[in-house]
Order: sequence, then structure tokens, then C-alpha cells
Amino acid sequence: MTNTATAAPAVGVPVPVTERTRSERRLGWKLTAPAVVVMLAVTAYPMVNALWLSMFSYRLTDPAARQFVGLRNYGVVLSDALWWQTVFTTVVITVITVAVELVIGFAFAMVMHRIIFGRKVVRTSILIPYGIITVVSAFAWKYAFALDSGFVNNWFGLGDYAWFSGRWSSIFVICLSEIWKTTPFMSLLLLAGLAQVPEVLQEAAKVDGASWRQRLTKVTLPNMKGAILVAVLFRTLDAYRLFDNVFIMTAGAEKTETVSFLAYRQMISRTALGLGSAVSVLLFLSVVAIAAAFIKGFKVDLSSVRGR
Amino acid sequence: MNHEQDWRGRLTTYGGPVAVIIWTLLPVVWILSLSFKPESGINNGKFLPDSWTLENYRTVFNTPLFTSALRNSIFISLIATLLSVIIATVAAYAIARLEFPGKKLILSLALAIAMFPAVSLVGPLFDIWRSIGLYDTWLGLIIPYMSFTLPLSIWTLSAFFREIPWEMEQAAQIDGATSWQAFRKVIVPLAAPGVFTAAILAFFFAWNDFVFAISLTSTDAARPVPAALAFFTGASQFQRPAAAISAAAVVVTIPVVVLVLLFQRRIVAGLTAGAVKG
Repeated sequence: MTNTATAAPAVGVPVPVTERTRSERRLGWKLTAPAVVVMLAVTAYPMVNALWLSMFSYRLTDPAARQFVGLRNYGVVLSDALWWQTVFTTVVITVITVAVELVIGFAFAMVMHRIIFGRKVVRTSILIPYGIITVVSAFAWKYAFALDSGFVNNWFGLGDYAWFSGRWSSIFVICLSEIWKTTPFMSLLLLAGLAQVPEVLQEAAKVDGASWRQRLTKVTLPNMKGAILVAVLFRTLDAYRLFDNVFIMTAGAEKTETVSFLAYRQMISRTALGLGSAVSVLLFLSVVAIAAAFIKGFKVDLSSVRGR
Repeated sequence: MNHEQDWRGRLTTYGGPVAVIIWTLLPVVWILSLSFKPESGINNGKFLPDSWTLENYRTVFNTPLFTSALRNSIFISLIATLLSVIIATVAAYAIARLEFPGKKLILSLALAIAMFPAVSLVGPLFDIWRSIGLYDTWLGLIIPYMSFTLPLSIWTLSAFFREIPWEMEQAAQIDGATSWQAFRKVIVPLAAPGVFTAAILAFFFAWNDFVFAISLTSTDAARPVPAALAFFTGASQFQRPAAAISAAAVVVTIPVVVLVLLFQRRIVAGLTAGAVKG
């Protein structure tokens, strides 16, 4: 048997593609083609269309006046204080929610990791916010803080404090709903990361007399850096497109408009498709930029996200 | 065991789980409680109702806006889920079992599309749908829903299929099974839980969508529940809708709770399947 091994092609000589390999490739492409075609048709095509629309002055209510304006829509958006205000609001909400979720999510992951009693109950209850409709979560929190139907002011003795008449108090409630709804996802990803930390290291640190805090910062966290970065990246991109909670709670009032909401309002409510598309394209570019910054800056290895 | 460790141990054993359960269930219990409050007692400023009523449930089930929305939501979400899972199963099978150039690219594409801001697609779809007659139809929502249910399913299923011991298929054939028997008796039972989990996750996403729902529908013909909730006005135009909306919210939360209760383990496995190197 070992003799045949010497007959193998020398290094550097390309391995001839056999008929079998070729047919395997063809089958692979055939089986994945429908998926690729559908994915491109439902996203790439509309996105290119958005890019095209963004270069027109085009209102649905007045299609005859449709006119090519080049990049002027982008100039209009980028020089408008409203755009920068929505970007600021979106960034603030994204940073707050992701940071708080990381802390709460990690605490929940620790609880689930070490849990002895009620494992099933806890895992079931943590999945409920994950599965619940965001709009339902928005209504639940809105009614809880509302002046008429709410209980929060009563519980905390806040009298008739009007949460939804101030910018930052509105954003506070929006963040609460967003955090409640998406912490489970974060904590389950972190739980998977925690499971990767070798128990041997924990034991060794314990034997060496490391305190609970030392074990957390020197053993647990460094070993799950990958999982943390992936969870933070996923949630950041998700939080940046925040729409549902704002729509239900404030409809963009009190300067709580987010970038997604601005795009929606321009395109659908004002039917200014040209200008709205420019906002959409800018939103898309921001998401790409965030993803690129994570991948380059923090060296998030997305190929390690699933398998391989 | 020193005193501090004992205290900390007890806190993590009981305090942690209790805190998690309170945090996750409080808003759910609140909306449930609100749905049982009578119209006159909705502003009692308390967490629980002073008197309990089923009136709100009667109202929502007698409101065509809600009942048609419920039907639309169920069918649109199920069809989008079914189509994506079928296409994704075939693709994920190829990715897991065959060697061909470009399979990593397909997975990256799926990931990129899953991160796509849905609002960016709304404008062009609004424009195209109106000109080709898909605006305010089931198909007009099913297609954009696949922009997230399909990548999600491909992603989940490739992770699951990678773990399947495919060599068992050949083993069965050596033992005398035909290739169809080997596929049906060996591979299907191994793959089915993964396919099912991908379907649950895709369904959650479709069921949850609000951006497409609010932008691409205008009447009862296709408007799903999340969009209908935003339009809800209660029994009369002038009635405060909080109690009725809460009842409707409870009704659409029931399927989620049932799925979670039945398939808790699978959903967790699906969400974290190979979420980190392992």
C-alpha cells in the first residue's frame, strides 16, 4: 500500500479534475442555484433599484415630474440637520441597548450556565421575549409607562411624569423595550461562548487561589472573546435598523426618529421615493461600514461563526 | 466553604433564575393583565385589573381588521417559511455534503443578506409592487419575507447538516438497503429535527415583521397582525384601544408561547448551532 503513495502527483503539479469532481461541482451549483437566485432577486435587485431611484427627484403623487438629479438628493439629505439628528438618535440608542444587553445578557448566560434548579423553566421563559412580536413588546412597554393606562409612575411614585413628552425619557422607554426583546438572543450566544471555556482552566485557576473576579476577567472573558464580538456585531447591526419600537411608541415625535424611520417616512408617508431612497442607501452604507469596522477593527472571524 | 461563597452560591442558585424569570415574564404578564381590564378600569393605575372581563377578547374577534389580519399573518408566514425551508434544505444539503467552489461565498452572502436593513428594500418594492399589482397582496409580502427567512434557514440548516454522520447512509446501503431506503430511514430522521428548527426560527421572523407589513399593505386583503395592531382603534372609532390591542397582542403571542414550550431545546440549539467554533 505504501508503494502507491509514492506515485501520487508531486507538490505543485495541479491535480487533474476528474469527471467525478466535475459532476460533484455541477450538482453543488445546481442545488444551491435556486437559493442564490432568490436571495439576489429579493435583495440585490431592489437595492440596485433604490440606488437608481435615489438619483431622481421622484414623488409617487407626481410621476410626470420625475427628473434625473444625479447626486443632488444625497446633498439634500447630508446637509439637512434632521438627518444628523436621526443618525445621532440611532447611534445613541444602538450604543446604550447593545452595552446594557451585553451586561444583562452575560449575567443571564452565567445564570443559565451554572443553573441547577429550574433549568427548563428559565430557558423557556428566556425564549419568550425572543419569540414575541416586537410591536407587542412596544405596546406592552408603552402602556406600562403611559400616563393613563400605566402603572410605572404609581409604583415608583413619579406622579404624572409624562414619559413620552420628552426626548430622552421617550428614548429611555424605547431602549427598555428593545433591550427586553433582544437580550435573550445575546445571552444565548454568550451561553454558547461560555460553554467553550475549558473547565480545566477554571479549576486550575481555582487551585491557584484566583478569586471569582480574577477568574472572570482572566479566564472566562478572554476565552470567549470571539463569541462576545460576534454577539455584539449581530446586535449592533440589528439595533441600528431600529424601527418598530419607535413607530409604535412615539411615531418619531420628540426627536426620537431613527434612520430607518426617516427612510420609511420619506418613502411611504411622503411618497418622496427619490429622497427616501437616498436615505435608504445611506442607511445601507452605514450598516456595511459598521460591519466592516468590526471585521477589520476587532478581527471578528465570521467564518468561525458557524462551524468550520 | 467560607461564608461568602455560601451566600454567593445560594444567590446564584435561586436568585439568578428568579431574576431572569421576572425580567422575561413581567411585560408578558402585564399585557395579559391589561387585556382583562374592563374599558372603564383601564386607567386604574395598577398592575392588575380591579375587575376581570373577557369583553376585550370578544371585541377583537368581532373586529374584521383583526380576524383578517390573523388569517393573513398565519398564511403569509407559513408559506414564506415553507418555501424558504425547502429551498434552503436543498442548498444546505449541497453545502454540507458536496465539494464545490463558491460554497463559502454562498454562506457569506446569506449572512450579509440577513444583516440587511429591511427599510432599504421598502422604497423600490413599494414602487415595483404598485406597478405590477403585487402591492397589498399575500405574494407581495411572501417575496420580501424570504429576504430574511431564506438566509436564516440556509445558515441554520448548514450548521445542522454539518453535524450529521452522512457515512451512515453508505453503511445502510452496504447492509443491503436501497439508496432510497437508506435516505428515508437513515438520513431523513437525522435531518428532520434541523429542518424543523429552521422552520420555527424562520416562522418567528416572518410572524414578527413590521417594516414590510406596514409599507406594502393598505387593506384587510393582506395586512398582517403587527401592522393591524398599529391601526387598531377598538370597538368604536373613539374608544381608547389599549385594552383591545392588549387582547389582540395576547392572542398573537399564544402561538409563540406554545412553540417555545414545546420546542425549547431545539430553538436554543438552532440559535446557537455552531454559533461559535466547536
